[in-house]
Amino acid sequence: MTRNININELGKQAGALKAGEHVLVSGTLYTARDSAHKEIEELIKSGKKPPFELDGSVIYYCGPCPARPGEAIGPCGPTTSSRMDSFTPLLLSKGVRATIGKGPRSKEVADACRRYGAVYLAATGGIATLLAKKVKYAELVAFKELGPEAVYRLEVSDFPAVVAIDASGASVFDRDGK
Amino acid sequence: MREIQASKITETVARLCRHANYFLPEDVWRLIDSAYQNEKNPNARQILGQILENARAASKESALCQDTGIAEVFVRLGRDARVQGDLPAAVNEGVREGYSKGYLRNSVVSDPLERKNTGDNTPAYITTDIVPGDRIEITVMPKGGGTENASAVKMLVPAEGWEGVKNFVVETVKAKGVGACPPLIIGVGIGGSFNTVASLAKKAVLRGAGKPSQDASYASKEKELLDIINSTGIGPMGLCGGTTALWVAIEAAPCHIASLPAAVSVMCHSTRMKTEVI
Repeated sequence: MTRNININELGKQAGALKAGEHVLVSGTLYTARDSAHKEIEELIKSGKKPPFELDGSVIYYCGPCPARPGEAIGPCGPTTSSRMDSFTPLLLSKGVRATIGKGPRSKEVADACRRYGAVYLAATGGIATLLAKKVKYAELVAFKELGPEAVYRLEVSDFPAVVAIDASGASVFDRDGK
Repeated sequence: MREIQASKITETVARLCRHANYFLPEDVWRLIDSAYQNEKNPNARQILGQILENARAASKESALCQDTGIAEVFVRLGRDARVQGDLPAAVNEGVREGYSKGYLRNSVVSDPLERKNTGDNTPAYITTDIVPGDRIEITVMPKGGGTENASAVKMLVPAEGWEGVKNFVVETVKAKGVGACPPLIIGVGIGGSFNTVASLAKKAVLRGAGKPSQDASYASKEKELLDIINSTGIGPMGLCGGTTALWVAIEAAPCHIASLPAAVSVMCHSTRMKTEVI
C-alpha cells in the first residue's frame, strides 16, 4: 500500500503515518545539507532569520547536479541523513514538519520526532535521475556561494519515500538488521 | 619511445568523467539484475527495481547519482610512453572540462576545515603506476562521499589472522555500510603498509565486478565474506533484505613480520568506472 501525501498539510496527517509505510510525496521541499545546516544553525543562534520559514517546512538532504537547459533540476537523490543529526532537534523545535534523506538516524532525532510530532522519510539513494523527474520546479533560495550545498525550494510531485521514523518515534531501522 | 600529447589525455579524461557518471558498467548491472531476480523481500526487490530503472533512465546521458564524486583517476603509464606536457595538470584539466560540460556536480572543497567549494571538482585523486608497454591506460572512478565515509583501515597483529580481518570487514559493514547505499561492492586490502593497504582495497574492484580472485584461497575467502555480509539482513538502503552486498574482492600484498594491515573500501550499488587506453 502506498499513501499519497501532500507534505505541506502534513501537520494534520503526521500522526497517521506509520514507520515502514510507503508514501508518494507532493508539495514544497527545501534542500539543505551539511554547510547549509551549519549556516542556518548560526543564524538561529544569533537571533537572525533563517532563509525560509522553518515553521511548517520540509527539509530534503540533497545537493543536486546542475540543471541542463530546459530541466527544472539536475539529478537529485538524497544524501546520508545522519550527518545532519546534530542539527535536527533544533530545526524540529522551530517547526520543521519532516526531513527527507537516506539511512538511519540517532536516538535524539527519533526522540525529537516524537516530541514535536515530526516525521523522517527515507528515499532511495543513487536513483538521482529518477528522482529528478519528480521535481517540477526548482528555485535558488539562499547560500548561492555554497554551490551544490545551496538551499533550493523544490516543488515535487509523487516523490517516492518510506516513513523511516514516525511521529511516535518508531523507526524502521530499529530492527537490528532483521 | 611513443609520444603522447597532454591534450589527448585531457580529452580522454573529460570523456571518461562523463561516461563513468552516466552509464552503469555492464558487469555491475548484471550483478544487480541477478540480485533483483533472487531477492525474496518485496521492499528490497522494489528498491533493486528502482536502481535498475534509474540506470536505464541515466543512460540518456544523465548522472546516475547526484554525488558525481571526487574523480579518482588511475593511470597505468607504459614505461615506453612519454607524455609531452604535464600529466597531472592534463588529468585535472580533463576533470574540469568533463564535469562542467557534463552537468556533473562539483563536490570538492579546497580546505577540509574552511570547506570552500573549488567550483570545478578539481583536484582529482591521481594514482600513477609504471607498467610495461608504450600505452597509457586511464580509469576514472567517480567516488562518492558516502562510500568514502564508510571505508576504514585497521592495523591488526599477525596473531589475529584471517578471523581478525574477517571480523573487521563485517563489523565495518554493519557499523557504516548503510551510509554507502547498499547493496554494496566491497574491496578488501590485506597486507602492505598503513598507506598502501587502502590503495590495495580500492584497486581490488578494478578487476571487473563479479570476478573472483585468481588465487583459489582468496576466492573462497571472498565468497565467505559475501555470504556473511548478506546474512546480516541489512538489505538495500538498510531497509532489510537478503541483498546487502553484490560482490567482495580481496587483494593481498607482502607486509612486515609484525603487521597485518587491513582495509575495506566500501562502494555503492552504482559503482562507476570507465577505462580507455591511449
